[in-house]
Amino acid sequence: MAKTEMKKKRKIDIMAEMPERLSSGHRLCAGCGASIAARQILRGTTDPVVISCATGCLEVASTIYPYTAWEVPFIHNAFENSAATISGVEAAFRSLKKQGKIPKNKKIKFVAFGGDGGTYDIGIQSLSGALERGHDFVYVCYDNEAYMNTGIQRSSATPFGAFTNTSPAGSCSFGKSQFRKDLTMICAAHHIPYAAQASIGYWQDLVKKAEKALAVEGPAFLLVLAPCPRGWRFPMEKTVEIGKLAVDTCFWPLYEIENGVFKLTKKIPDKKKKPITEWLKSQGRFKHLFEECNENVIEEIQQKIDEDWQRYLKTNGDKIF
Amino acid sequence: MKLMTWQEIPIGGLILEAGNAKKFLTGDWRSQRPILDEEKCINCLTCFMVCPDGSIVLKDGKMSGFNYDYCKGCGICAYECPVKCITMKPEEDFR
Repeated sequence: MAKTEMKKKRKIDIMAEMPERLSSGHRLCAGCGASIAARQILRGTTDPVVISCATGCLEVASTIYPYTAWEVPFIHNAFENSAATISGVEAAFRSLKKQGKIPKNKKIKFVAFGGDGGTYDIGIQSLSGALERGHDFVYVCYDNEAYMNTGIQRSSATPFGAFTNTSPAGSCSFGKSQFRKDLTMICAAHHIPYAAQASIGYWQDLVKKAEKALAVEGPAFLLVLAPCPRGWRFPMEKTVEIGKLAVDTCFWPLYEIENGVFKLTKKIPDKKKKPITEWLKSQGRFKHLFEECNENVIEEIQQKIDEDWQRYLKTNGDKIF
Repeated sequence: MKLMTWQEIPIGGLILEAGNAKKFLTGDWRSQRPILDEEKCINCLTCFMVCPDGSIVLKDGKMSGFNYDYCKGCGICAYECPVKCITMKPEEDFR
């Protein structure tokens, strides 16, 4: 009897019973992808959690004085040093354990959150340092592909061809003219035990990766696509749908690198692989690409995605770092 | 909703309570209200997992409605629902 009852419990039921660590009443926009990511990721462990957060949408909107939406210890320091801050906390925790001031078997998970601006651009040196020193923490980058908090400025996560206020589209420009950098690979190249790329579109995959990242000893890195209705120009109910579409068009492949071994966690069969135009036309920030003069830009994007996807398929299962 | 006054703020500007954002009701941002059709609902809890505001109310692990104090009316739950048992209705209809 007990066994059948155990079987009945779905993964989502277990997730529903987990404590809510980001409370309601935070002031992120309606339909925000970042809060979905934070809620899902923090369900990855039952241990106590300490969070540090880089300046960004998540930090600004969840801690508007005199309120805080965090049910767990939370530190905000500055834009560039989320990873450095959490590594200091983790080192202090280890030291107190050694001194006998904290019981040896006490377990705390350390999580750093950062947006793409605070991770790809401003915080990358402190992140790189913390990964190299091997602190036991998880760095989560919720990637909304521009500086959304300050009003849509380009970051190095902004995709090729996207409109932002600092890479505007017009008669002389088709939006951002550089490809985004591959941050998951950069982090994995630090020879950390776990690095993964996920999307809020597929929560099962994201939660599984969060569980793995939180369980692993040593640094772990998670890059989560968090669509932004305001900055990407799409209706707010489509946040999760767009997170799925990014994966289905292979714009955002879901993979993990565990102890240097690369593995695609969602293989898109060739028949089901959608053309990139579906992803592009779902968002207003790519609207200008459908004008006649910009046809070659779409071709270029598709070509780059196909090349990358072929490379991922080829290296699937290989030890790459 | 009444905001805290300066007399009520603790000395040193400290926040003494975790998660006190719950006192800030974001429900008044809403222009579309989600309505649940309980007969159609299959309790897959997809809405719970994708809600950005934690506004899905569960009773004994089952979907039982929305917390309109915090729901911002984004409509992700209605859009993602596999059986379409959530409909978005204009907020004016309830005034």
